Amino acid sequence: MGLSISKLFDNFFGKKEMRILMVGLDAAGKTTILYKLKLGEIVTTIPTIGFNVETVEYKKISFTVWDVGGQDKIRPLWRHYFQNTQGIIFVVDSNDRDRIGEAREELQRMLNEDELRDALLLVFANKQDLPNAMNAAEITEKLGLPSLHKNRTWYIQSTCATSGDGLYEGLEWLSNTIKSGNH
Amino acid sequence: MSRKKDEDSDELGALMNLDHSVVLQEARVFNETPVRPRHSRLLLAKILFLLYRGDTMSTAEATNLFFSITKLFQCTDMSLRQMVYLTIRELSTISEDVIMVTSSLMKDMQPNSEITYRANAMRALCKIIEPSMLPGIERFLKSAIVEKTPSIASAALVSSLHLFGEAKDVVRRWGNEVSEALGGKAVAQGSSFFGGSASQRQVASTSNIVQYHALGLLYAIRQHDRVAVLKLVQSLSGQGGRGGGWMGGGGGGGSALRSNAAQVMLVRYAVRVMENDPGLTAQLHALLEEWLKHRSDMVSLEAARAVCQLGSATGGQVAAAVGALQVFLSSPRAAVRFAAIRTLNALARTQAAAVAPCNVDMEGLITDSNRSVATFAITTLLKTGNEASVERLMKQMQGFMSEISDEFKIVVAEAVRSLCAKFPSKHGLFLGFLAGVLRDEGGFEFKRAAIEAVMDLARQGGESREAALAQLCEFIEDCEFSKLSVRVLHFLGDEGPATARPSVYIRHIYNRVVLENAVVRAAAVSALAKFGAAPRADAALQRSVRVLLTRCLDDRDDEVRDRAAWALRMTAADATRAKYVRDDSTFSLPVLERRLVEYCADAGAAARGRFSFGAVPRVSRAQEADARQRERLDAMDAVLTGSAVSAGPAAPATASAAAAAAEPATFSAAAPLYAAQLAAIPALAALGAQPLVSSARAVALTEAETEYVVRCVKHVYEHHVVFQFDVTNTIAEQVLEQVEVAMEPADDDAAAALRPVVAVPIPELRFDAPASAYVAFERVDPAVVPVAAFACTLRFVVKECDPATGAPEDGDDGFEDEYSLEPADVGAADFMEPAYLPDAAAGLWDALGADSEAVETFALASFDSIEDCLARVCELLAMSPADPAALKPRSKAAHQAVFTGKWLGRARTVARTRMTYQKGSGVTMELAVRSEDADASEAVVGAIA
Repeated sequence: MGLSISKLFDNFFGKKEMRILMVGLDAAGKTTILYKLKLGEIVTTIPTIGFNVETVEYKKISFTVWDVGGQDKIRPLWRHYFQNTQGIIFVVDSNDRDRIGEAREELQRMLNEDELRDALLLVFANKQDLPNAMNAAEITEKLGLPSLHKNRTWYIQSTCATSGDGLYEGLEWLSNTIKSGNH
Repeated sequence: MSRKKDEDSDELGALMNLDHSVVLQEARVFNETPVRPRHSRLLLAKILFLLYRGDTMSTAEATNLFFSITKLFQCTDMSLRQMVYLTIRELSTISEDVIMVTSSLMKDMQPNSEITYRANAMRALCKIIEPSMLPGIERFLKSAIVEKTPSIASAALVSSLHLFGEAKDVVRRWGNEVSEALGGKAVAQGSSFFGGSASQRQVASTSNIVQYHALGLLYAIRQHDRVAVLKLVQSLSGQGGRGGGWMGGGGGGGSALRSNAAQVMLVRYAVRVMENDPGLTAQLHALLEEWLKHRSDMVSLEAARAVCQLGSATGGQVAAAVGALQVFLSSPRAAVRFAAIRTLNALARTQAAAVAPCNVDMEGLITDSNRSVATFAITTLLKTGNEASVERLMKQMQGFMSEISDEFKIVVAEAVRSLCAKFPSKHGLFLGFLAGVLRDEGGFEFKRAAIEAVMDLARQGGESREAALAQLCEFIEDCEFSKLSVRVLHFLGDEGPATARPSVYIRHIYNRVVLENAVVRAAAVSALAKFGAAPRADAALQRSVRVLLTRCLDDRDDEVRDRAAWALRMTAADATRAKYVRDDSTFSLPVLERRLVEYCADAGAAARGRFSFGAVPRVSRAQEADARQRERLDAMDAVLTGSAVSAGPAAPATASAAAAAAEPATFSAAAPLYAAQLAAIPALAALGAQPLVSSARAVALTEAETEYVVRCVKHVYEHHVVFQFDVTNTIAEQVLEQVEVAMEPADDDAAAALRPVVAVPIPELRFDAPASAYVAFERVDPAVVPVAAFACTLRFVVKECDPATGAPEDGDDGFEDEYSLEPADVGAADFMEPAYLPDAAAGLWDALGADSEAVETFALASFDSIEDCLARVCELLAMSPADPAALKPRSKAAHQAVFTGKWLGRARTVARTRMTYQKGSGVTMELAVRSEDADASEAVVGAIA
C-alpha cells in the first residue's frame, strides 16, 4: 500500500528512483566514475574491497549507484547485488586489450542471471583519453553486444571519467529508457 | 490501565519469544529500496538480541543476512548506520565474505566523516579486516590514535589492541603514536580543577579513558621487552606519584597519568616487573608505597592489594598497606569496603597477625548492611582473633546466617572448619554452631561444607568426637540430600566402630535401612558391615550386626541385597574381614583414572586381557586424605585469589613444586604422563612398553634462576636406563636448536656398567616452552644395579629471535654453545618405586620371610639428631613410609620407621629401620630389608652404604 502511494507521488511530480549496479573488471575506473558523478571531482581511489554506494540526482531521477569492486575475489559476490537492479553499468578499460576477453566472459555470465533478466545494460567504454584506446565500435564487437538476447536493451557510451566526458550522456540514456518504460 | 500493561507485556513477550526463522524472514526488508530506516533499525535490534541470547546461526543464514545488511549502506541515517556497525561486528565471525564492507567502512572512518561514524566504523573494521590489508588503513589508524576527540582515539587504540594479536609487526610500528596518546594533554578533566576556560575543551569528557587504552596497548607492544616495560613504569610513575596529590594532574605534569583506570594498570605492570626482575623490588616497593597514598580509591586499593600479595613485601610494607585498607573499611561506599575487606581476608590466610590491627574496624563491619562485606569481616576476624574473641564472633555469626547467601555460608563453614584445628578447646562451641546451621535451610554445597567441618571435628578425636558423631547421626535422620547421607554413613562406618559404644550408631544406621531410598540403604548396609568386621567388635555385637544384615537380605533393591549378602559372607571369617573391610590402603586415584582411560582408549587392550590392577600404585588412606586436604586448600586459595594481581602461571607452579619437594616420597603421579611421552618417541618406545620405574620427582641440575633451567628424571627399563632432561629456555631473545645433553661417565665403573645407546635431542627450544631431551643407556649386566655418576653438559645452537613471535631471524645460522650442569647419577633408589603396601610392619614382613632379608648396621656419626638422619635415609631409599606419622620422631633417643616400595615396579619390598642416638657418637642405625626379590634387599642396603 505504502509503496503504491509513493509511486503515484513520484509520477505526479516526476521524481523517480533507479537502482543501478556498476561493475566491471578491476581498475576499469568504476569508483572514479561514481565520485565524478557524485562530487563532480576526481578523487584518489584505492582498489575497492567491497562496494561503494552513492545516490546521484540527474534529470529528476535519483540513481542509487552500487559500485562493486572488480577484483577476482570480489566478482563472485556481485550476485548479492543483482536483486531489484534496474540498470547495469558495465565499465570497460578501453585501453586494456589483453583483458577485453575476460571482460566479455564476466559480462555474459552476469547477463545470464535470471535476476537481471529485465535490467538495462549500459556499457561505458572508459579511458577514451588514452592514445591506444579501442573505440566504441570495437568494444561493441569484442564484448559480443550485437549477439545478446533480443529482449536485452543495451547501449554503449564512450567515456573519460577524469574529464567527465560521456558520463551524463550515459545517464541520459538510462533515464530516457526507463521513462519510456518499454522494457 | 490494564490495556497499557498488556501492551507492555506484549512487547516484552515479543522479544522473549522471538523466533529465529521469522526474524531472518523479515530481514528481507533490507533488500527493498528505498530503505526504511526506523523499521530496519528495530529489526537489527531483534537480530542482535537473538545473537546476544546465544542463538546459533548457520554460516549460510549469516552470510545471507550479512549481504542484506550491506544494502543498508545506501541510507545515511546515523542511528541506522550505528546498528549496522554493531551487527556487522557480531556477524563477522559467523558470516563468510565479510570483507565486502571493507571499502564502505574505510570510507566511514575517513577524517571528513562524522565523529560517530568514524569511531564505530573503526571498531567494526578491525573485526573484518584481513591482516594483509592492514597496511592500507595503517595511515588512518595512526592519525586516529593521536586524534583529540576521545571517542575516536579510544576506538583506534582498542581496535589496534584487537589487531595486535594478528598483526603484531604492523601494530608495533605505531608505538610513537600510542605514546603520544598516552602523554597527550588532558582534554577536559585537569582544567576543571583550575576553573579552566571552556574554550579549551573540545568535548566535555570527564574520563581520561584514552590513557587507559593507550597504556594497555603500549604494554601489549612492549611486554616482551623487560627494560622497556620498566622504563614505562618509571616514566609514568615519576611525576604521577609525586606530582599527584592535590595538584590533580592538571598542572603541566606531562607524563602523569590522569586516568585512574590507567593508574591501576600501571600498578599491575609494576608488580609484573617485580616478579620478572627481583633486583628492582626495593625501587618498585617505594613506588607502591607512594601509590598507597594516591588520591583515588581504586589506585590505592590496587596498590594495597599488590603489596599484600607480593611475597617480597616486608612487615613494614604490609603494615602500610593494611593501614591504607583500614581507612577504606570505613568508606561510605560498599564497593570500596568490599575490596578492602576482601584483600584483608586473603592476607589473613597467610599473615593473620598483620591484619590484627584492623580488628576493631572489622568488628564494626559485622553488622554491615552489605552481607558480603559482613561475611568477609567475620571470617577474617575468625582468622585473626584469639580464643576469647572467637566465642563472641560465633554468636554474632549465628545471628545473620539466615540472611546471607549459600555462597557465603560456605565461606563461613570453611572458616569454622579451619578454626576447629586452631582452637581445640572450643570444639564444643563450634559443634554447637555447626549443629545449628545444619538444622537450618541450605543448599547442597553449604551442607556439605558444614558436615565436612563436623567430620573434621570427629576425626580430631578428643572429647568432642562422640558429640560430633552424634550430630552427624542426627543430621542423617532428616537429610534431603542422598549424597550427603551416603557420605555420612560411610564416615560413621569408618569412625563408629572405634568408639566406646558402637551400638548407638548402629541403631541410627539401621534406621536408614528401614526408612531411606535404595542408594542410602546400600550405603547403610556397607556401614553396618564395617561395624561387624571391626577388630574390636565383640561377639555379641557381631551377632547383632549379622542379624541386621540378614534382614537386609529381603530388601527390594538388588544392590542392597548384594551388599548385605557380601557383608554376611565376609564378616564370617576374620581373614576375609581383614582383607576386605579393614584394608587401610587404596589405589592412587589419579593413576587409576589415567590407566583406565588408557585401557578404554586402546581398542586392542580388552582383547589382550583384563585391566591389571597390579600396575596401579597403592597409597595409604592417610596419604589420600592428606592429598585431598591439600587439594581443598589449593582450591580455596584459588577462589580467594582468583583475580589476583600476580596470577601468573609461574607462581603456583613453583609453589606446588616446592610442596612436592617437601613431602616424603610417595608415588609418582606423573609416571603415566612420562610413559605417554616416552612411548611417543620411537627410539625410546623400542626399549619397552613403559618404564618399570620413573623417578617420583625431578632433580634440578641448575640453579632455579639461570639462563637455562634443566631438571632430570630417570626411567628404568628391563635392560635400560633413560635420563630425561626437561630443559627450559628463559631468554626471550634466543631460540636454541639441537639441544642435547652430553653425559660423561665419572669413572670406569660407570662406563662399564652402562653403555650409551641413543640420545634424543630437542630440535628447537623456544622461550618459556619446556621440552625434553633424552639419553638412553643399556645396562650391561641386567642383574647388577648400576651405581654411576655422570658429568653433564648442555650443548646447543643459539639463534637470535624476535621475542614477540619466537621465530628465529632469517639468515642467522647461530653458533654452538654449551652450558655445564650439575652431575646426574643413578643408583638403587632409582630402581625402587615408592608404593604403599598394606600391613607392612607385621603381616607382610613375616610373609616375605627371613630368606630374603639383608641386614646391616651403620654408625652414622655425622648426624646429630634422629630427625636429620631419618630425612636423609628417606631420600636415599626413595620408598614410601608405611605410616607418615613415623617421619616425625617422638623420642630423641630411639626411633623406628618402616618403608615400603616395589623393586623395579613389581617386587614388594619392606625396609625396617631402627635408630638410636647418643650424644657424641651420633646415630646408629640398623637397616633390615626384606623383598620378594632377594637382590633387591642387598641393593637397598647397599644404597645407604
